Amino acid sequence: MQLIYEQSVPGRRGIRLPASDVPVAADLPKNLIRSEAACLAEVSELDLVRHFTNLSRRNFSVDTNFYPLGSCTMKYNAKVLENSAALFAPFHPMTALLPSGEAFCQGTLGMLYELGQLLADITGMDEVTTQPLAGAHGEMTGILLISAYHKAKGNKKKYVVVPDSSHGTNPASAAIAGYEIITVPTASYGDMDLDLFRQAMNDEVAAVMMTCPNTLGLFNPHIKEISDIAHSHDALMYYDGANLNAIMGKVKPGDVGFDVIHLNLHKTFGTPHGGGGPGSGPVGVKKTLIPFLPQPRIVMDDDGQFLLETVKTGTIGRTANFFGNFGVMAKAYAYIIMLGREGLIQVSEQAVLNANYIKEKLKDYYDLPYDMTCMHECVFSASRQLEHGVHAIDIAKFLIDRGYHPPTVYFPMIVKEAIMIEPTETESKATMDAFIEVMIEAAKTAESNPQALHEAPLTTPVGRLDETKAAREQNVCWIG
Amino acid sequence: MNESHYCPHTPQEIDEMLSAIGVESVEELFSAIPAELRAKAFNIPPGMSEFEAFDRMKAIAGENNSEMLNFIGGGFYDHIIPAAVDHLSGRAEFYTAYTPYQPECSQGTLQALFEYQTAICRLTGLDVSNASLYDGGTACAEAAMMALRVTGRNKIIIDGCVNPFSRQVLKTYLFNLDVDVVEIPPVDGLLNRDELSKLLDESVAAVLVQNPNFFGCVDDFSELAKQVHAKDALLISSVYPISLGILKSPGEMGVDIAVGDGQSLGNPLSFGGPSFGFIAAKKTFIRNMPGRIIGETVDNQARRGFVLTLQAREQHIKRHKATSNICSNQGLCALRGLIFLSAVGKAGLAEMAVLNRDKAEYAKAQLAAIPGVTVLQTAPTFNEFTVFLPKAADLVVAELLKQNIAAGVPLGQYYEGSENCMVVTVTEKRSKKEIDTFVKMLEVELCN
Repeated sequence: MQLIYEQSVPGRRGIRLPASDVPVAADLPKNLIRSEAACLAEVSELDLVRHFTNLSRRNFSVDTNFYPLGSCTMKYNAKVLENSAALFAPFHPMTALLPSGEAFCQGTLGMLYELGQLLADITGMDEVTTQPLAGAHGEMTGILLISAYHKAKGNKKKYVVVPDSSHGTNPASAAIAGYEIITVPTASYGDMDLDLFRQAMNDEVAAVMMTCPNTLGLFNPHIKEISDIAHSHDALMYYDGANLNAIMGKVKPGDVGFDVIHLNLHKTFGTPHGGGGPGSGPVGVKKTLIPFLPQPRIVMDDDGQFLLETVKTGTIGRTANFFGNFGVMAKAYAYIIMLGREGLIQVSEQAVLNANYIKEKLKDYYDLPYDMTCMHECVFSASRQLEHGVHAIDIAKFLIDRGYHPPTVYFPMIVKEAIMIEPTETESKATMDAFIEVMIEAAKTAESNPQALHEAPLTTPVGRLDETKAAREQNVCWIG
Repeated sequence: MNESHYCPHTPQEIDEMLSAIGVESVEELFSAIPAELRAKAFNIPPGMSEFEAFDRMKAIAGENNSEMLNFIGGGFYDHIIPAAVDHLSGRAEFYTAYTPYQPECSQGTLQALFEYQTAICRLTGLDVSNASLYDGGTACAEAAMMALRVTGRNKIIIDGCVNPFSRQVLKTYLFNLDVDVVEIPPVDGLLNRDELSKLLDESVAAVLVQNPNFFGCVDDFSELAKQVHAKDALLISSVYPISLGILKSPGEMGVDIAVGDGQSLGNPLSFGGPSFGFIAAKKTFIRNMPGRIIGETVDNQARRGFVLTLQAREQHIKRHKATSNICSNQGLCALRGLIFLSAVGKAGLAEMAVLNRDKAEYAKAQLAAIPGVTVLQTAPTFNEFTVFLPKAADLVVAELLKQNIAAGVPLGQYYEGSENCMVVTVTEKRSKKEIDTFVKMLEVELCN
């Protein structure tokens, strides 16, 4: 398909601009102006509409395809959420930061405050900041809060401990916040090895970052013991909220010893993933960490008015220019009030039910390295198929030809040829049964005709792409 | 059972699934969670239908003032958004997809982001762009960290004329690192070049400037770029993308890394987000870029296609050695930016920039005609400018807010001694009539 720039015709115009009703200003000095106009597209509105409509048709999406991408919680995104966020489009964030400006933004400030309270209840935390703009941004914010806590106490801390099954963002976030990483291997029971964890812990550990349930989809029954060990070294417990969809109403991270959490509103709270964002990564903390939260904080005064409070000392400062991805939070807020208490519990129950159903139906056909009741996702290995020269990626491409977005493959890295399936609660039994049939067909084809899997996909606009060429040539901007 | 809106199972299907799994109840699936760790309370209110929820959302939005006439910016700007932007980015094939890990079924997102990267390169006059960052402030921070990696040095110099929020974000990012961040206080709304010359030495990784700056002043950093390069440091410039319709591009000035907030490109104000940050750089720095990058390649039949490339920089491969921790960025907002730029087009963006400046120059002249009011005249401006009032700007702005006019951003809380100053923003959306009303009301307010 042509690029929008390849469809451009010099002089063709798209959108007509409003006419000017003021005099023409004197020219800017020559040294301040650009020598030639930026070479943007020159297309008609219809060209534009066809181009992007046709591009959209080259995507799989939740609305068009089952999308069991493990760890990403690709649930259905309710349409009313889109309408809800659009209500807030005209509000300028700077208004709230003007003198006495909060009075004109009581709706938006109040919603953020209330969302924080709802998320604090769901997770068992004392206060939530909505400023972080995505999950990984929340992780960085959380680790900076932990470092501020230790600095204030005069603690000398150097390390952050992560299990080897953790998301890559965990060590990356800790590293950009200035910590060295200690990685603890996973034991045969599917969780961080307790003995090795004890050996790894020392008084220079600032935090232990855990995903619970972990990326194998397993709830760690030793989590309280782990947090007690961490706390005995004055290390704080960090909860990666990527898998919160499994446990709402069942267990609260704050109750089992976690001090800091981040949430991915685009996962658990039904806001769309946008082809790679915008996300939203609120961070919740226990009382002891409140003084360090990013500024400004939204507080409620005795009259029920919402105000912005700024302190000069203690705080880590500011992690985003305004109040976070407000539009995403408006969707998450609408989702929570709509589903309510029973609805959220049911979300977690049926997410777990669906994952276990798929696990049970496929375990005769694929290796299951950790064969136990899973939470919201299950992780298989294609090692049995590898005996026929078929890799996890080949199965993924076969699924594309059958109209399924593949599960996450090759993550977690501790599982060879990993296939990580997260159906989410919004998928029907019929959809899952059809998917299971295709997965079984893939397993059988791996034995009978491995070449067929190597050749997939055949039905997509492009076949398998040469990633090495892309990395070597680095054509990241069209030179036309 | 069917309290939830989007869980489709009937009780019978649930029973079938439970018996396939071999358990008696859903609760049994949660038996790995020890009883003593179970949630003791869950105080979320009962749910409601989408109609009731939407009414609640309307009521919440109704508690904000929706009549406000905006003459404020500070990083977010009230610009026109063509209807096509909402309709096209609102196609669910775009917004309910995720990061394009499987390129064969994600060519829509991948090609769009490649086109986005191309637009950002052309706008900034630089060679390479990533597929977006979170916002303008975090883009400044990411650029600074990129410069630290490139140079192996540990000092960043920031012009005090850079947006104060972005400066704060940058300092927060570097809070726990062994990095020296030095700020140069502005002189008459401009970079203090004498001070910079004194501070600039071989320990400096980068100098961060902004154009137009927080006071609205437009500058030419071409000479500065040479000076910075003479010390083997990098020049980072934060830019306002609409202004690049007419202003000299970072590339033309010799800037190494350009960043900015993309909100003004087709993203609504939305109380501060979501928008997107952009980052573009000279090609030699590509391996030190943060975040996702889309690259062109071919498939097994030599057909053109696009993939996530240089993933060896990223957290899901490199973990703690990654160039950033970014996973999700702001894909859909970047797509809106691309659709906006393509709808307005080459000539349209230049015209839009001129229109902004014409409106602002008109407002500036009218405001300067009010007795006791002067405007900062040390440099030309784009669509924002600094006004000196005969009394405290905080009081004036607070009074005008009550009359539904957001008159400007008072500078007192950001710059000591600037208590009587405010920055006024005028975009193409403000009519002459609205500007005249604002000027009249300010004049009345100053007489009180």
